[in-house]
Amino acid sequence: MLRFVANRLVQLVVICFLISIFAFLLVHLLPGDPAKTILGPNDTPANHAILLKQLGLNKGLVSQYVTWITNIFHGNLGASFLTKETVTSSLSEAVPIDLELVIVSQVLALIVAIPMALVAALRPNRAFDKIATTSTFGMLSLPTFVAGPLLVLLFAVTLKWVPATGFNRLSQGLGPNLKSVILPSVALAIGSVTVYYRLLRADLIATLQEDFVTMARSKGLSTRYILVRHVMRPSSFSLLAGAGISIGTLFTGAFVVEILFQLPGIGYQLVNGIYANDYLVVQGMALVAAVAFVVVNFAVDFLLTILDPRVRRA
Amino acid sequence: MPELPSQVSLESESFGSLAVSGAGAQAVAARLPASGILSKKKGLGVTFWVCAAWVALMILLALLASVLPIKAPNYQDYSAVNVGPSAHHLLGTDDLGRDLLSRVIFGSRVSLVIGFVPIIVGLIVGGALGLLAGYRAGPVDTVLNAVSFVLIAFPALLAVMVIEAFWRPLVLWKLTLMFAFVSAPLLFRVIRATTLSFASREFVVAARATGAKTSRILFRELLPNIVPAAVSFALIGVALLIVLEGSLAFLGLSIGLPTSSLGNIINDGVNSNNLQLNPYIALWPSLYIFLLLTALNLMADRLRSYFDLREVTL
Repeated sequence: MLRFVANRLVQLVVICFLISIFAFLLVHLLPGDPAKTILGPNDTPANHAILLKQLGLNKGLVSQYVTWITNIFHGNLGASFLTKETVTSSLSEAVPIDLELVIVSQVLALIVAIPMALVAALRPNRAFDKIATTSTFGMLSLPTFVAGPLLVLLFAVTLKWVPATGFNRLSQGLGPNLKSVILPSVALAIGSVTVYYRLLRADLIATLQEDFVTMARSKGLSTRYILVRHVMRPSSFSLLAGAGISIGTLFTGAFVVEILFQLPGIGYQLVNGIYANDYLVVQGMALVAAVAFVVVNFAVDFLLTILDPRVRRA
Repeated sequence: MPELPSQVSLESESFGSLAVSGAGAQAVAARLPASGILSKKKGLGVTFWVCAAWVALMILLALLASVLPIKAPNYQDYSAVNVGPSAHHLLGTDDLGRDLLSRVIFGSRVSLVIGFVPIIVGLIVGGALGLLAGYRAGPVDTVLNAVSFVLIAFPALLAVMVIEAFWRPLVLWKLTLMFAFVSAPLLFRVIRATTLSFASREFVVAARATGAKTSRILFRELLPNIVPAAVSFALIGVALLIVLEGSLAFLGLSIGLPTSSLGNIINDGVNSNNLQLNPYIALWPSLYIFLLLTALNLMADRLRSYFDLREVTL
């Protein structure tokens, strides 16, 4: 077990290292000169040279990378050249928003998907299963940039239940806070419901055919007891793996929702950094988002090995 | 007794590799065998052909856009601003009096090119390498595998956004190239895994025993068996890329104006009170994307159950 975890940790570190190189190179090897973009109309040769020196861009690639990564280990991701705000402080404002979005949307998705899958799997290919499976197929084809506007149109514009945009921090009260995250969360949950429903349903159907379920039935145990105590755990592994991917993706994939609803999370700041050519912000946020993605997957991986000892031997 | 869907592989390797950002999780759901019912040898069914015909019709419309009797996508008719569907404007007009039918058809060109071309390139490049790596295990396989793993571990939407932030102006071939780069490692993994599952089968061993050349084994023995899995996954890939491009366009990070693309028409429809004044602007491109994605997903799903494709460890 310990050896397995150690192995995975080494893998994680290597991947994070490669990602940092990738994030670094993305910005440095591409055509286009950050100094030129930053200076804009003030791009005189003299200014250019000064700025290059300030940014450390006049040194070799390797030493630039070393400086950058050393600074990161000291908690310094650089600062926006526009607002002078450090990337770290922008992050500390953005991350709670993303966390809230992830939690609310995933809880919503699971609340919908688990009962649906249970009912569908108990009687596969009957009316409910067919309706549920078909409707999740529809949801699979609703990307957030389609679902989001439709939700706004229905709940904010027509019914006026919730505000269309803007974010209220938790400090402004739970009610206003939830009102401002509920629509974006629903928009994000739509994709996840489909994933969770299909993963869980397939696994449940497979598990329900196992001998130990027949055994439990013949002992006279109630369906509910069998489902909860015997079937859910062995059927939840793909669900968990799917959740890992979903959550990891949300950290980087909530751009559309954050822009549409004006929620200043990581995605929002990254996109605005791109609009403004703010390269340190882009580099820093991209690195954090990508690492978060990998770390979440690693955590799920670890959780799976605890739940299912078979994985360790694989 | 319906055939059971096989258990999703829990090899840790599959987590990171499944991670296409944004819509990646959808692929997980879509990769699962549908209901497990395999009405084999009955043809692909009406639904499949209806979907295929729909996709073909959309491609045809996009190809013929400039000879169809529709108005120019950017022609502004100020006598008909924000009008609903009518005989003159079948789908109505937007806030600048532009014909929405024409904008959607011309806009679909971007989505379709970005959806199909990179996948075809990815199939050729990733497919060839995957076939080779899967058949010839060894150092080549190890290296290619590691490279694809790192490329996939970095969220695709993020990578594309960061690259394009510094690679302007953004034109179609650059996007196509980036998307091909995103899809090639995914297709590589699918084809490599499928090849691996066939490489040690009796008919391959038999072919080798009879002294067949490697090229013959690759193209005559292995390739035909890999095509169904590759096509099925490629269709999902097309859907993923269309979502990816749509998200970027929605954020204003795809092909620049004045070229219309579905994502930026939706964005238009959401901005500046348009959702209240004229919901049609956002509605039509949303509907287009919804129907196209549904058709692609259904086709992929049908192919998978028809060919009884087992769970592939990416």
